[in-house]
Amino acid sequence: MTRSTPHSAEFAPRLELVAEPILEIRDLTVEFSTEDGIVHAVTGVSYDLNPGEVLGIVGESGSGKSVSMLTVLGLTPMPPGRIASGEALYKGKNLLTMPKKELRDLRGGDVAMIFQDPMTSLNPFMRVAAQIEEVTRLHLRHSKADARAHAIAMLERVGIPDARRRADDYPHQFSGGMRQRVMIAIALACGPDLLIADEPTTALDVTIQAQILELIRASRAATGSAVILITHDLGIVAGMTDRVVVMYAGTVFETASTKELFARPGNPYTQGLLQSVPNPAAERGAPLYQIPGSPPDVAHLPPGCPFAPRCSRAADVCRQEFPPFVEVAPGHHSLCHFAHDVHDGRSA
Amino acid sequence: MTPLVSAQNLQVHFDLGGGSLWARMAGRPARGSVVRSVDGVSLEIARGETLGLVGESGCGKTTLGRALLRLVEPTAGRVTFRDVDVTALAPEPLRQQRRHMQMIFQDPYASLDPRMTVAQIVAEPLHTFGLAHGRDRHDRVRELMAVVGLSERFINRYPHEFSGGQQQRIGIARALASAPDFIVADEPISALDVSIQAQIINLIERLQAERGLTYLFISHDLRAIRHTSDRVAVMYLGRIVEMGPARDVCDAPLMPYTRALVSAVPVPDPVVEARRTRIVLQGDVPSPIDPPAGCRFHTRCPYAVAACRVVEPALQEIRPGHFAACIRISPEQPDIEGAKPA
Repeated sequence: MTRSTPHSAEFAPRLELVAEPILEIRDLTVEFSTEDGIVHAVTGVSYDLNPGEVLGIVGESGSGKSVSMLTVLGLTPMPPGRIASGEALYKGKNLLTMPKKELRDLRGGDVAMIFQDPMTSLNPFMRVAAQIEEVTRLHLRHSKADARAHAIAMLERVGIPDARRRADDYPHQFSGGMRQRVMIAIALACGPDLLIADEPTTALDVTIQAQILELIRASRAATGSAVILITHDLGIVAGMTDRVVVMYAGTVFETASTKELFARPGNPYTQGLLQSVPNPAAERGAPLYQIPGSPPDVAHLPPGCPFAPRCSRAADVCRQEFPPFVEVAPGHHSLCHFAHDVHDGRSA
Repeated sequence: MTPLVSAQNLQVHFDLGGGSLWARMAGRPARGSVVRSVDGVSLEIARGETLGLVGESGCGKTTLGRALLRLVEPTAGRVTFRDVDVTALAPEPLRQQRRHMQMIFQDPYASLDPRMTVAQIVAEPLHTFGLAHGRDRHDRVRELMAVVGLSERFINRYPHEFSGGQQQRIGIARALASAPDFIVADEPISALDVSIQAQIINLIERLQAERGLTYLFISHDLRAIRHTSDRVAVMYLGRIVEMGPARDVCDAPLMPYTRALVSAVPVPDPVVEARRTRIVLQGDVPSPIDPPAGCRFHTRCPYAVAACRVVEPALQEIRPGHFAACIRISPEQPDIEGAKPA
């Protein structure tokens, strides 16, 4: 692989000590006006991402895990969407008020994205190498020849066999796993400081998922970029991330280091999710732990805690007052009236 | 004991057309344009048992499930249900037979008619098979809704008014309406949210305990398969490559493909994830149109030797009740790691 490109230094692990988070999201609230009324997709969401860190955002459909990220990147259509409050500081600059042109320069260059479905994110009419060249010519001002060489190098790096020959294929000539590799090649082409992967393996088979996760792991180890991994799969979170943000009904319910979250969850929702995964130690025929009810309709949230209607330990206070965001251990926060009890394993 | 359902050398090939006009006029099958979805599968499912069927997309697991119900026509082989040869039945007896064999689908919304109310959807099998009429039918529908945990208040609502989990409950109520013995559940939880998956798994298991149902549980999710199944069959490119008790197959897989599949499943425990070694397979699943000769897995198998490209391995009993199709292992040498290097 050629290392002659101007940004090849970007691939070297960054070892500088930066205490400042690379991304700080503060009190973000996003609403959508629909026929059904105002949908509170994201409510008062705050979290930080440190340089080089892998942060998992977990939640079910409608939890706001994708919308919060898309809004930060200026990809939520407005209207019907509306940012009611908040800021998103990327290296100290607020993405939400940044001029469109500046944000466009950031996206795809410094901040890259991988989406769930590679077939709808790739341009079906463009050869795969051309889709990588487009990005580096724009962001890195590559010459035509440099862009071409770099595109082939990137395809090799993400493990496309016979990359030179396949460079001029169209996306439909690739399998699902290969397409996702192309998406990753595009995302990594400019050596991003921040990679956002939104359910990158949900559309793929298990053995292909393992390949793609391995590739993301290896790329991160090589470049040291920070990663936000949005997923619903607790197994992927356990194997890939340093820290986790659990979202429910548009709100952050819990945040902790991955080890701490799985060992001592401080929120009944997280606890329920972890217990409802089939457990190898359980007896055959023993029922799984189940959270009753359905995920809430974010257009009609109940007063008080949004999880209260499904929560086994809900008390009157939960149905009346929105819960506080409590620090149950250093760096471990939970949105619950009984956060300490849950974290310390005291029953209701 | 005779099994409730059995398949002998079942084969489902789809002719894609193509080939030369001359060959087609001569009635010869155009070679290379046939999808070998299911290519010689034999299995048995005992009454009250759950057989889990696991494999990746395109391996033929859905087609196999449908062929057992004869929702697709097998091109060769036989399916026996309660000692009746289903593959030989004429249309009317087949229709009557279907009363006893039902299906739950992956996408609950797509499998429900959007213009029918819940009452109409659940009542349809009762009507089709003439099982209940008038007041009686109405009562049966209400009873079925209660069984799957849907409130009676919703009886006149339409599918789009329900969440994904509730829609799947409607699909299950419809499958139960004709009081079947055998249900093919095709990826019944994969379109659902994590917190809802556990509810549906519990419902499916409770119904089995209460009604003595027999299931073919199709899924790509090994964790769910391991939880729900008594035995597991692993499919790769139209063939069963490993079959045995669920715990044995999922915890101590024999065949290299199953070993890779098990190792690829992320474990929701960061301590385990940090320690475990993963087998990451190279390459993609080959096309079922022209599957590799010999062992179909040899193109991706880290243990393949020259003979694997030639010899098509048969399922052999490696451990009691635990079968695998791999020429590199045997009852004397069940561990592939111990096989002589290539």
